Amino acid sequence: MNYQLNFSAVWRDFPSLLAGLGLGLELALISIAIGCVIGLTTAFALLSRYPALRILASVYVTVVRNTPILVLILLIYFALPGLGIRLDKLASFIVTLSFYAGAYLTEVFRAGLLSIHKGQREAGLAIGLGEWQVRAYILVPVMLRNVLPALSNNFISLFKDTSLAAAIAVPELTYYARKINVESYRVIETWLVTTALYVAACYLIAMLLRYLEQRLAIRR
Amino acid sequence: MYEQPTWLHELWIARETLWSGFLTSVQCSALAIVCGTVIGLFAGLALTYGNVMTRLPFRLYVDLIRGTPVFVLVLAVFYMAPALGWQISAFQAGALGLTLFCGSHVAEIVRGSLQAIPRGQLEAGKAIGLTFRQSLAYVLLPQALRQILPTWVNSSTEIVKASTLLSVIGVAELLLSTQQVIARTFMTLEFYLFAGFLFFVINYAIELLGRHIEKRVALP
Repeated sequence: MNYQLNFSAVWRDFPSLLAGLGLGLELALISIAIGCVIGLTTAFALLSRYPALRILASVYVTVVRNTPILVLILLIYFALPGLGIRLDKLASFIVTLSFYAGAYLTEVFRAGLLSIHKGQREAGLAIGLGEWQVRAYILVPVMLRNVLPALSNNFISLFKDTSLAAAIAVPELTYYARKINVESYRVIETWLVTTALYVAACYLIAMLLRYLEQRLAIRR
Repeated sequence: MYEQPTWLHELWIARETLWSGFLTSVQCSALAIVCGTVIGLFAGLALTYGNVMTRLPFRLYVDLIRGTPVFVLVLAVFYMAPALGWQISAFQAGALGLTLFCGSHVAEIVRGSLQAIPRGQLEAGKAIGLTFRQSLAYVLLPQALRQILPTWVNSSTEIVKASTLLSVIGVAELLLSTQQVIARTFMTLEFYLFAGFLFFVINYAIELLGRHIEKRVALP
């Protein structure tokens, strides 16, 4: 074993690695925002009194949760144009990741909504709020703060899933890592730095989100 | 007159490619789940009951792997192993990456459920004269394993989904076989949907099996 570590090729492209990391974060942020909207809608659909809505929502959640995200990414990017829906790679990745996040967040929100005591809803109705007002002003705000820890776990795992965007050549961190890898053959250095960047980013995000959770938590 | 072959016809022609891909997917997932669970069980025990010096390397392993996207992990193992002088095939590299990933997740699950068992249980075991190993085998693990089961089933389906990433390093598992068939037939939508459906079937079967076992081992 006489492998000489030489980081110069990686340092030269370090700015693009960082830019890739930034893009990954951006993709994860946009996707979780859209995913929250999808998840909230589907969670209410799952708990609705109409069987058709419940079935539709649970089919969506079960199918998406049990299908590999790489298959979904490739399906939406390569197969949808055949149906006349042509998205560029960034848009198609965001659509996929939001769709994927929506399924996971549905479960989170459903559990959150179920954990709210029935009395809260009844109290809302008693003071004259409508069914939708109860949802918007009572159930959702309380539920959101209760599920914050699950939400931040989901965000971190979504951020890690953005590495798959490299499969359709979205220039995020993994894409640049593979590029440097094949251009310079500094294999070990490339993957060490990439891994370190991901670990550090995940760690920082986790710390930031824990802090936010504590700030926003409902005092008991 | 040339007639466009139907999808079913193409599927019949591609049956052997897809079947061998399906088997490879199942094989590497099963291998990763089994080995990863064994590693995870030991790592989880070490994290819960080890002293600081034993905990440190396992904590490092778990945090490093959990902070890295599994895609980066698979790529890193695939590229770094030969550079470090270890000649392994793409299948082995991929399976190793998935195993490490599975191990770190199972370790956290095991640690969580062992720590959730009240201390009194271990003390009661000591009080009636059981050695640590005996109380582990007869008191703690039977309780912990029941708790672990649902989460463990979830991470098993995660592994099956992550096995699609091996297509990127050239392991002819189900997704890569599907892509090969698509390259020949240009039936993108049909074959990607079919691959997604097959993965769904595998994962749904795992989920049903998990639910069945859960019912069997549930305490009355």
